[in-house]
Amino acid sequence: MQQIINFLIRNKTFIIFLMLLALSLAFTIQSHSYHRSKFINSANWLSGGVYGTVNNINDYFHLREYNEQLASENRRLRNMIFNRETFPSDSLEIDSSIAGKFIFRNASIIKNSYDKQRNYLLIDKGHNDSIRQDMGVVSSDGLVGIIDNTSAGYATVQSVLNTISEINASVKNTNNFGSLQWDGKSANVVQLVDILSSAPIKPGDTIITGGMSSIFPKGILIGRIKDFRPDVSENYYIIDVELFNDMTTLDKVYVIENTDREEISNLEALTNEQ
Amino acid sequence: MNNKIISNILLLIVLVLLQVSLFSHIDFLGYLNPYIYIIFLLYFPFEKELRIAFLFLAFLLGLSIDIFSDSGGVHAAASLSVAYLRPLFMRWAFGATIDYNTFKLGKATFGQRFNFLLLMILTHHFILFTLEIFSFVQLLTILKKTLFSAIFTFVLSLIFIALFSRKRT
Repeated sequence: MQQIINFLIRNKTFIIFLMLLALSLAFTIQSHSYHRSKFINSANWLSGGVYGTVNNINDYFHLREYNEQLASENRRLRNMIFNRETFPSDSLEIDSSIAGKFIFRNASIIKNSYDKQRNYLLIDKGHNDSIRQDMGVVSSDGLVGIIDNTSAGYATVQSVLNTISEINASVKNTNNFGSLQWDGKSANVVQLVDILSSAPIKPGDTIITGGMSSIFPKGILIGRIKDFRPDVSENYYIIDVELFNDMTTLDKVYVIENTDREEISNLEALTNEQ
Repeated sequence: MNNKIISNILLLIVLVLLQVSLFSHIDFLGYLNPYIYIIFLLYFPFEKELRIAFLFLAFLLGLSIDIFSDSGGVHAAASLSVAYLRPLFMRWAFGATIDYNTFKLGKATFGQRFNFLLLMILTHHFILFTLEIFSFVQLLTILKKTLFSAIFTFVLSLIFIALFSRKRT
């Protein structure tokens, strides 16, 4: 017993080092799986407050850019409103059967990140503003990500530029669904996998959200096909998608709530039980 | 002794704020950021009695960076390991006979300081990017990021050290 205690005292630095290292590795491994980084995330008053202050100052340098983004979004929306009657089946329109199910809330990104493998953004709205986990986040140009952790006034967003993201997406005007992932290489190119190799696709085709999950409504713009190649099994394509969004200069975003989400997930849980 | 720890904790807070508000958003060439908070690990007093406090503070430093940048525990693991290995690096860079209690970074020659910084920064960045990318398939990416970010951090640390030492004389 005496010897064990002596050993511990002699090597106390090493033992403390090992303990702390184990703790940090546990946090690291936890952050590699979906929705597991509950303790270590920036959705708290301290980091939110710091980023909020910094962002307040930064915003002034980008006012012109934001105005231009808003103006071009308004132009697009006005185009859609006034061309409704002439082209009633405009494919940009969101399916009417799901109209009214989605509530949009606006928020600002106060911390952007695109240089890591697992990128998380921070927005200035939290669960006091009815932001909940697994809501979708889009900008005026297209897809941004999914809400991960929330605190009272802040929420983290798991960006599409995150190697653990998987978002349902499809090729516009076809019924080919796949899953949107990221290989961690370029900040404006993501990968669409599991598209059957019989699908009629060509570079330049538009990729939109698929509407097969309860997070995003169908038809949100993602990007256009840059390049594609068959995967290992040769039955599916891996498609490189160039994002419409410039992920490096994001600011104003919309958080999408699906009011039927609870009902859908209850139903799914019930089906899985049986 | 306590005074030293308190002034270093202040340095820690300043470095964390500088890192998360400014230096983590430089994104030079799209992905390069300097990790200047490593200056804390270079400057913390070298006394043997403070080693355990040093480990805890290094861990705390890394963890605060992790909380701000949503990166799990990668910064904590990297700065903790570098803090633990620092005496070894010091023996390599400054010779086996150094006296930790009276040692000062400013007293060393430029060449010795250069080696010490290089060892600390390269080890820190290598552990950081290995844990962040977490895949041996991408070993080349890890090495590339380590090397380029290390150059960035290295140059900035030299500038900071030059600024600090001028103030003292």
